Amino acid sequence: MADDSLFEFLHMEIVSHIFNEQQSRKGELDNKDRAACISLLEAMGFRVGQGLIERLTRDTPSFKDELDIMKFICKDFWTKVFRRQVDNLRTNHQGTYVLQDNKFSLLTQFSGGKQYLDQAPKYLAFSCGVVRGALSNLGLESVVTAEVSIMPSCKFQVVIQKL
Amino acid sequence: MAVCIAVIAKENYPLYIRSVPSQNELKFHYTVHTSLDVVEEKVSAVGKSLADQRELYLGLLYPTEDYKVYGYVTNSKVKFVIVVDSSNTSLRDNEIRSMFRKLHNSFTDVMCNPFYNPGDPIQSKAFNGIVSGMMVQTG
Repeated sequence: MADDSLFEFLHMEIVSHIFNEQQSRKGELDNKDRAACISLLEAMGFRVGQGLIERLTRDTPSFKDELDIMKFICKDFWTKVFRRQVDNLRTNHQGTYVLQDNKFSLLTQFSGGKQYLDQAPKYLAFSCGVVRGALSNLGLESVVTAEVSIMPSCKFQVVIQKL
Repeated sequence: MAVCIAVIAKENYPLYIRSVPSQNELKFHYTVHTSLDVVEEKVSAVGKSLADQRELYLGLLYPTEDYKVYGYVTNSKVKFVIVVDSSNTSLRDNEIRSMFRKLHNSFTDVMCNPFYNPGDPIQSKAFNGIVSGMMVQTG
């Protein structure tokens, strides 16, 4: 069905729009401008994540603990949003979690190896924001970062901020 | 039919509170505020008994001589409180549950509205409509 690609196209356009706008305003993009674009994308994802989690947890019973929440994110949430489950969840039981997805849906169209690796972070910012928004609405403040070594596999690192 | 309906944010301040206008509104604000303690108690108590499934519906929080207070908490720690008249004994548990479900659905829609910032007072007309449908009709 075409439904899956609808969001992928929209996402690609969002990323290129934000970067092109910044470029036309500032001319050459330096690191600070790039960082500003990435935080803008992340903030968009944050708000989307908040709304999404409200809808997705409407009928689920409340979560027992942090690990339960992370498992929900890895299974149900990832399935609804990215149409697959997270392949690997690792934790140090002290608030840091690493979610590994070996075929991240927003990266599959780019390449199967190392080509375009430097462009990947732009396309992961929105998803990091979605995860951060989801966790924030469930009561966990966190910092979410993503890294890619080989496309389309990527790792999301979630560090829960303890208050 | 409810006498007062309130939506309280995770940080325990009201996002939406509406009561039947003919009665003393301050009394309802106070009731809702005190019911928050009971909600907290129930939420933390359920955490200790890991055996049973944690439900979102909290049930009757506490009865007073004039009215009964029911509570419901979502996974995002937003609390809904419904105050009903004690004299209205025909209201069954199932009806209260369905009222909470409608409230939750309506709240989810408000949350997904891009023009709504989480944490702001709820001003959605659709939400108002749903709540009006559940309040006691006066006049």
